[in-house]
Amino acid sequence: MPLGRLAGWLMLAPALALLFGVFLLPIGWFLAGSLTDFASFAEFWEEAQDVLFSGTILRVLLNTNGIGAAVTLLVLVIGYPVSYALSRAKGLVFTAILLCIVLPYFTSTIVRTYAWMVLLGRTGLINQILLGLGLIDAPLELMYNRTGVIIGMTYVLLPYMVLTLFAAMKAVDPRLLQAAEGMGASPATVFFRVFMPLTLHGVIAGVLITFILAIGFFVTPALMGGPDDIMIAMLIEREVELTQNWPAAAMMTIVLLVVTLLLYAVYSRFADREAPR
Amino acid sequence: MMGPVLRATLLKALVVLLCFGLVAPIVVVTIASFSGDGYLKFPPEAFSLRWYERFLGDHRWRSAIMNSLFIGLLTSIFSTVIGFLAAYALMRGQFRFKAVIASLLLMPVIVPHIITAVAVYFLSARMGLVGVRPWISVAHTVVALPIVLVILQSALRTVDPALERAAMVFGCSRFGVFRRVVLPLALPGIVSAALFSFLTSFDELVISLFLAGIRSETLPVRIWNSLLLEVEPTIAAVSTLLIAVTALALAIDAVIRKLRGGTMAALR
Repeated sequence: MPLGRLAGWLMLAPALALLFGVFLLPIGWFLAGSLTDFASFAEFWEEAQDVLFSGTILRVLLNTNGIGAAVTLLVLVIGYPVSYALSRAKGLVFTAILLCIVLPYFTSTIVRTYAWMVLLGRTGLINQILLGLGLIDAPLELMYNRTGVIIGMTYVLLPYMVLTLFAAMKAVDPRLLQAAEGMGASPATVFFRVFMPLTLHGVIAGVLITFILAIGFFVTPALMGGPDDIMIAMLIEREVELTQNWPAAAMMTIVLLVVTLLLYAVYSRFADREAPR
Repeated sequence: MMGPVLRATLLKALVVLLCFGLVAPIVVVTIASFSGDGYLKFPPEAFSLRWYERFLGDHRWRSAIMNSLFIGLLTSIFSTVIGFLAAYALMRGQFRFKAVIASLLLMPVIVPHIITAVAVYFLSARMGLVGVRPWISVAHTVVALPIVLVILQSALRTVDPALERAAMVFGCSRFGVFRRVVLPLALPGIVSAALFSFLTSFDELVISLFLAGIRSETLPVRIWNSLLLEVEPTIAAVSTLLIAVTALALAIDAVIRKLRGGTMAALR
């Protein structure tokens, strides 16, 4: 039943009010308020150069991109076979695999991070097993360094990749694969020449969404990282909580926001697209 | 070249291993929370409820539970009501900029939470809203709304507009159609939306971290504060509670989906 124009807008009003009042307006106000708090443009420019061209921010941006790329790659490599199995599974097997993905997905990020802190600690399960098997002589340093951050973030972000890939793989018409097989293609050929190209847009969407979420990550790197693993979101938090340097926080926010939105624009092109025919 | 049987077996083994890796951390924490040892050891040598006693015996943890529940329930109500109205308007409404509005409403899940948190904190600090629980719910509603919208739009897609028209033809008022046709048909989706928006708020850390102050610490905020000091076993008990709430919400959702499947089949 079509809805009148006025009724439509009235029903949308609360959601739009919330979006403007508690999302767009605060972000705009925070950025504008912090960046116009200078006596002159020269002063602003000096601060901007201090913040954006300092060794710290460059190192942090390098960390953020490096960790984001490593995590995205790992998530893709681990997520691809899981999604593939999920897209082929039926009945109880399907439910079992789905549960293994969905339960962690909806569990609090901090709980998932804590779980890995328990596993990766010096006396944690992983070190106990490795020591018990005699593979190592002294406990490995798996936490409070880059390794810990990458393991923790890979775990937290894996479900996003699996669910994105699953959507693309599920859309592949099985008859196409059967046709290729029937015409004598080997399983490897079917996979690389038919299945992979048909799910490529899903891979790109999955890679983009994982990377977008990874570069904005805060909880896991803050708890599992060491002093050399500071990411941009942690730096923003630090500027606000510790030094209350709002202009610096605002400038870093703009960097993160612009990169996120640009990548998201690319993502939208791949996410909503039907599988190529 | 590997034989097809071998390849299939290898893939199966790999997937089993990976799925095991996905659930293992959650299972380990749950088991460790029942440990009777003085520190976190796995597998525990003895079992006890001592960490739960410590968790529930501490009034600060208890007040964190209350804060989380209060903020979660309020977020659930806010986002389900606001989200339902918006989802219905986006579904049936005919106006310009519909696509733009729909994607704008989804922005809060894409923009890193740290940005939303810092910006809302900037506003809240100036207005004396830090530590005000209903305000934290409002901020959580912003990030829960996209999830609610996705769930409700797919639920409303199953409501046949012809049924609404039929009710109108038989003299039902616009509000009556809403109450007697749309709401009952979309009810399973509404319950799902309420559940997942509650979970979003119950599990949310970054926004709460900035807005909670000392007065309104939620469970994730308290976990965060104690984790910065040490990885102590009490947190395993707290984590198990959060995992249990997630599992419960997923179970309820699954049951509702099953029931909905049943009603839909009955209608056909």
